[in-house]
This record gives sequence, C-alpha cells and structure tokens, in this order.
Amino acid sequence: MDKNVDISLSVNGQEVSRRVPARTNLVDFVRYELELTGSHVGCEHGVCGACTIRVNGAIVRGCLMLAAQADGATVETIEGVSESSEISDLQAAFHERNALQCGFCTPGFLLTAQELLSQNPSPSRDEIREFISGNYCRCTGYQAIVDAIERVAGERRQAAE
Amino acid sequence: MSVETDIVGAVHTKVRHDSARGHVTGQAQYIDDMPLLPGTLEVVLVTSPHPHAAIVSIDVAAARAADGVRDVISANGIPGDNNIGPVFDGEPALAEGVVDYVGAPVVAIAADSYDQARAAAALVKIDYEVRPAVLDIEQALEQELYTYPPQFMTIGDPDAAITKAQHRIDGEVRCGGQDHFYLESHIAMAVPGEFGDLQVYCSTQHPSEVQHGVAHVLGVPTNEVTVEVRRMGGAFGGKESQPSIFAAIAALLADRTGQPVKLRLRRDDDMVITGKRHDFLFRYDVGFDPDGRIEGVDILMGMRSGNVADLSPGVLARALCHADNCYYLPNARLRGYPCKTNTVSNTAFRGFGGPQGMLVIETVIEHIARTLGRAVDEIRAVNYYSTDDRNVTPYQQRVTDNIILPIVDRLRSEIDFDGLSSAIDEFNGANQTLKKGIALMPVKFGISFNTPKLNQAGALVHVYTDGSVHLNHGGTEMGQGLFTKVAQVVASVFQIDLDNIKISSTRTDKVPNTSATAASAGSDLNGMAAFNATNTIKARMVEVAANHFSASVDSIEFRQNRVYAGNESLSFTELAQLTWDERVSLSATGFYSTPGLSWDAKSMIGNPFYYYTYGAAVSEVVIDTLTGESRVLRTDILQDCGNSLNPAIDLGQIEGAFVQGQGWLTSEELVWDDAGRLLTHGPSTYKIPGSRDVPPIFNVHILEDAPNREATIFHSKAVGEPPLMLALSVWLAIRDAVSRVTGHRHLPNLDAPATPEAILMAVDDIKRRDSQTPSPAKV
Repeated sequence: MDKNVDISLSVNGQEVSRRVPARTNLVDFVRYELELTGSHVGCEHGVCGACTIRVNGAIVRGCLMLAAQADGATVETIEGVSESSEISDLQAAFHERNALQCGFCTPGFLLTAQELLSQNPSPSRDEIREFISGNYCRCTGYQAIVDAIERVAGERRQAAE
Repeated sequence: MSVETDIVGAVHTKVRHDSARGHVTGQAQYIDDMPLLPGTLEVVLVTSPHPHAAIVSIDVAAARAADGVRDVISANGIPGDNNIGPVFDGEPALAEGVVDYVGAPVVAIAADSYDQARAAAALVKIDYEVRPAVLDIEQALEQELYTYPPQFMTIGDPDAAITKAQHRIDGEVRCGGQDHFYLESHIAMAVPGEFGDLQVYCSTQHPSEVQHGVAHVLGVPTNEVTVEVRRMGGAFGGKESQPSIFAAIAALLADRTGQPVKLRLRRDDDMVITGKRHDFLFRYDVGFDPDGRIEGVDILMGMRSGNVADLSPGVLARALCHADNCYYLPNARLRGYPCKTNTVSNTAFRGFGGPQGMLVIETVIEHIARTLGRAVDEIRAVNYYSTDDRNVTPYQQRVTDNIILPIVDRLRSEIDFDGLSSAIDEFNGANQTLKKGIALMPVKFGISFNTPKLNQAGALVHVYTDGSVHLNHGGTEMGQGLFTKVAQVVASVFQIDLDNIKISSTRTDKVPNTSATAASAGSDLNGMAAFNATNTIKARMVEVAANHFSASVDSIEFRQNRVYAGNESLSFTELAQLTWDERVSLSATGFYSTPGLSWDAKSMIGNPFYYYTYGAAVSEVVIDTLTGESRVLRTDILQDCGNSLNPAIDLGQIEGAFVQGQGWLTSEELVWDDAGRLLTHGPSTYKIPGSRDVPPIFNVHILEDAPNREATIFHSKAVGEPPLMLALSVWLAIRDAVSRVTGHRHLPNLDAPATPEAILMAVDDIKRRDSQTPSPAKV
C-alpha cells in the first residue's frame, strides 16, 4: 500500500537514516520514530502551530511537511534547541511570566518566538502579535506570551550593546 | 489558619507552574508522548453519517479481514452495560440499534497501526434506515422533545408583577455553542494487566467517572480498573463526561485482545464526535418601574441538550441560577427546557451555563436602558443586590457577601468610564464608517457544584523518613495550576520549602470516588482535603516532637523547615525520621466536604453555593459598519480572588478565561448543515482567538485585601470560570457600538457570537428601523 522512502537527515545534530512510509509527515516521524515527543500534534492541518519544527534554519509546520521532504535537511526540535541552550532565555521568560498553562502549545511558541527575534531584534508588541499569530494557545490569552517575548527581546538588545 | 511566608513556595506567593520546566523543554509528558508498549494497537471509530437513523445491519467481515486488523467491535460486543451516562442511565459508548447524531461512534477497529485501522474503517458496511431528525432548538420546543423533564424556578408572583408594572418589554436573544478546542485532543490508552486488571491512561478531568464507565462497559467491578492522568493538554469542561466513551472503547479492545490499545481522536473527529458548550434561545417578558427597577421577569431558556442528557441537568440548573447575575429579581419565573436534538450531546464548558444565564439578563438590562433612554449602568445601579435587604436570589439563597458595587465603582472611576464614553461620542461623530462602543460587565458567580453531593474531595499525603513529601489528591491538572496550588498548601502547613513536595499523577487507586475537577472548585476542594491530610500527619509529628523535647504539644512550632520547642529544634527531616523510629504513621488521607450546602432539584430551591466570586470588566471596541468587522481596543478587569493562593496563576486564569469567553461571543461559530453535519470541524473553519484578536490594551488587576469571608482554603476564592463571563463586556460593547450608530435609540438585533456577518446585519437592521421610526424614544 504505502511506498517506503529512504531518508538521511540531521536531527538535533545527529545523523539519522531511516526507511519511512512516503506519507509519513515530519512531526509524526520525529515523535513516533525518533521519540522526540516535545513537538505536539494539535490540529493536523497546519493551523495551530503546536507541531512547529525548524528545518534548515526556518520554522515549518511539522504536520504539513513529509518526512521524505526532509531528506538531507537539518532538522531541529524543541529537544535540540533546549540542549544547545539557544533559547534558554526565552524558556526562562516563559517560565517566569507563566506564559504557559497546559503547556501543549509551548514548544511551538518558543521556536516561533526564536525565529521572530532572529529576524527582528526589536519587535513592537503588535509585531510580536502578528508574528506569533500562526500559533494557537487556548489557555493563556496570549498576554503572558507577548510579555515574555518582549522581555527577552529587550534583554538580548541590552546584552548586544 | 495563619501562614508564614518565610519558606519558599508558601500560599499567597507567585509560585510558577510546577510543570513549567517540562513544558518549555518539551519534556512534560502527555499521554500520546508515552513510549508505546510492544504490541500496542491503535483505534479508529466508524461513526454515523446520519443525524437520526435505525441501524439495520452492520457488516464488518471485510474490515476484520483487512491488513493489520486485530479486533472489530460494535455495541453487541459489549459484555457489560453499554452505558456511560454521567447523570442518567442509557447513554451508550457505542450506538445500539439507533444513531442519533452525525458522528455517533458505531464500530471501533483496532489494528497494528492507525493507518491500517483507518483503511479498514472504510470497509465497514452499515445499513441505515434514515429517520426524521430534529436539528434546532425551536423544532424541539415545538415538539416538546426534551432529554429529561424541564426545570422551573419561581419566586414571588411574576405574572402579577409584570402585569402591574408601569413598563413592560419582551424580546428574544440567542447565544451559540462553543468547541473546547483543547490543543490536546481526546486520548485514552488501556493496558491489560494480570487477572483482567486494566490500567487506563486517559486525558480526563474526571478519572472516577472514566473508571465507572470502563467498569460498566466491561461488566467488571470498579476495583479492576485503574485510571491515571498526570496532565492534560487543556480540557475546559470538554474532558469531564466525554472521555468515558473513548476510555471504555480502548479498554474493551484491550480486554478482548490482551494487547495495549491507544485511542487518540484526530482533530476533525474530536470536533465532530464530542460535545460542546450549550447554545441557547432565550425569550423574556419583563415589567419594570420608571427608574428601570425590575419588578417581574419571565424568562424562557431553550437549551440545546443534543442527543442525550449528559451533564445538561447541571448546566441548565447553573444557567437558571445565574439568570440573576448581580441583580435582585423579586418576582421571577425562569423556565429551562433541555431540548433534545439530533446533534452531538452538549456538555460541560467553563462557566457551565452561567455565561448563558448572564447573557440573557444583561440583554434585559440593556433593553430596559434603551426603552427608558437611560445609560445601561444606571439601570444596573438600581437593580444590584443590596447587602441587607433585596438580597434573596430566585433560588432563595441569600447573597451575604456582596461586593459588586465597590468593584464596579472602583473600576469605573479608575478607568474614567464616563470620559472614555465621551471620547467615543467624539470619535463616532467624526467617523462615518468606524463606530466605537463601550460596556461594563459585572459578574457574580456561585461557587460549588450545584449538586451538593459532588462537593467532596480526598487527598493522600506521605512523608518519607528523609523529610520528602509525596502529594496526591483527586483533582486533575489541565494547565490551570491546581497541582501547584495544592502543593503550596502542603508546604505552608508543614512549613517546608515547596521543592520538598513531589506532585504525583491523579490515580483512582490512590484517591477513590472523586468528583470531576470542575466548577472552579478544584483548589477549594482538593486544597482543603490536602490541608486536612497534612494536618493529620503534622499532629502526629507534633506529639513525637513534644515527647522528644519534653515540651507541651502547644509549644511545638513548625517554622522554616524546622520544628521548634522554645530554643530547641529539629529539622523537619530529623523529625520525620524520629517519627518513624517511634513507630508513628507518616501517611494520611484527608477528606473535605463543603459545609452548609442544600439543593432541591425539583423545586430549584436551596443554598447551592458556598460563596460567590465577583468581578467586573470594561471593554472598548470598534466596528466597521461597512464590513461588520470588530476589534477589541481595550479591556480593564478587576477580579475578586479572595486571598489568592497564587496571584501569578490566578492572573493567567483571568486573562485566559476572558479571551476564551471573547472567542465564544465573537469569532467562534458552530455551523451545521441541513443534514445535521457540523461544517466547522477544524480550526480552518472554526476560529478561536489568535494573538491578534485579544485586546492590545489589557489591564488585569486582582482585587486586594479581600479575603473570602467563608473558611475556604486560606480564605482564597475560586477563579477558573468567573472571568470567562467578563468577556460579555466585549459582546455588550459591540452591541453598544451598533446602538450608537442610531444614537442609542434602539436595541440592536444582535445575537452571540457577534461575527462580522451578524454585526453587519445588525447595523443594517438598526439603520432601517431608525429610518422607519423617526420618533427618538421608540425602541
């Protein structure tokens, strides 16, 4: 029924080779094949952003990209960016400001926030709201999330001066 | 209950969520993240395509023979009682003989993989004999189709009061339902153990009910089933009664195959198969005096119950108990009709009928204001409950803790409500297309389950000999921070730092016979149960310490991780070891039941609430009169939390509840087609609030120095649901903006949700009415 595809990719700095069904999407691949379960599956059609994963440096919807399309790519998940301490300030700010409740959306928000700050070190609150608008949170009402991102933007600017 | 704060993580401090570190690193485990045991099967449900039909035949032969399929079941494969009804019997896990909504599970297929189960599902042949369906509230009201008998609440003589009153108005308004849209969809995983035992991991707010549902369906004693949940990825009421269906099916398949079985609903299936907030149709008839004081009111509430009663009796009771909101209704008849429709069962959703009850009375208040040509807040002012008289509710409970007036006065003056309103007049005068509106929303919300027996909770606390503490209770964690708050209670009682306390998953074999984590009462109930368990152990430790120091029991003091008798002391750890050495138990259960509650479900009279939580919000909005779009520009909130157990967590509850309520009232619209199919079954068609939808100016304040007068846990108040109703300020502000289009001369025809289409039609309607009735005072 399913055709299988051989793929080789880098996941969180480790080379991975697997044979996967062609229709496997990237988030299911990292969750069930690699047991990296920090990327969550929320809506399965690209709206909620809970499955946000970074591929070749840019965030993607893990539910809209096939694992086969990641052949040869560099893939980073919440586990990888946690281990590398790349977003430790964002993580601390989300923690400190309670920018999470059930936590299901949190990894996706963190990766999205990191992409925003890498593109725009001084976003206004409106720009933060705009950039994270592809990620849904049903618990917090976003206020705390915007606060946390705004704070980290300020801290990073200060550190850079 | 005095409390020192010289430990880390005491009550009333802003401790962060206990799982936050796990959440931000992706390490916090949800059920779908658990490593799969070898041989775990996955389940796909075959559901009804018809809103109402008899099941003539089911042919599963081809599905059974498909690749990877291990088992296929329908209702006739259920060995026990096909009944998972939370209140009434006869609500099936798998449809039996008849299907009564589109999405009703009929057949369940377990296969080695999800894809195999899905492929096999397409091979199931079910013959239906389609029957006429009732799809809306009016139809059910006309045909008197109810899921259980209507509920009536009456006080005084409403007919006489309405007839005699100098003014009389009537009207109709509706509010829509709401999908919970928890980010984690429903999931259950059943693991068979030895001798028929079953361990069921389930994303549920009500592990005990899931345990009962599984035991009923399997026809086994409750003690053979253990249900466990560490955390949910959101719930909001949607995981109170609904999880039993999926847990029961997973458990049955696990029991039959002897293999672990996981059932995770994909998002579309979740939205089609599971229940939602109740939508309502309201009709009111009101008599009032020239000041706008309500003298008599008759309100009909047509509530969509869906295919079965489910939790509707509680929801309707709460709607009836909140149709007064903050207002004294001396003569009232409140009539609730639980309409049986061929749509998915409506169920618990944050607020549980309260938001709907408040929506109608706020419409009435606004209608009176427009009729008399007065400001809405002037009408509110003459109708608020007083403190000494005019304080009996329609269900005859006396409101004795009323603080709504000081809250409203403070909020209005702090934000300069009248100044904002004048600025809006100026803006609207200068703008043809964009029109602003503003509204206040006062909230009084009754705390406790309406049904007294549900107001009980248990906890289990162990102290180990190294002084570390294990905490368990019947409450569940869905993100609301309950586990953190209850741990703060234990830390405060023992006077030890919070990180000494291990929070553990909710399990029916640790604390049995629990109530749902619901009704905002999670920390009130479980906090108090843990308080009692902790004090039981502490009393034993005090005795051991008194003997050790040869001191009186009264002189023993727990302070800053130590235990003192005058100048002598032991560390908490040393005393724990000593207590064990003395052969005294370091483990205790705690129990709590809320005092003073009564409720007669027939007469709808009693004291169902331990106390009330109060709050108020003001929202300012702008609408585009050519497109119907709306934006919330600003919201200010003042919320009563008593002596908050955790102001940081409560702040998150207020912000989150408000935005969720805003979604219900503006963008979240459930649409069914004529064939009874839900068309909005994914976030691409069903719009929950996103980050750009929330107020850019959002000032939230917790009322300070306002301890609960009742002896709740450290005099805190419940906060989970009450702020959701503050979002009615957004809906009322949109109505205000529409009404301002024609100078507040008319009441807008605008139901909830106030979608762009609805707003546009309301604007056109109010302009048309204004042009037809030039008399300025006519409504």
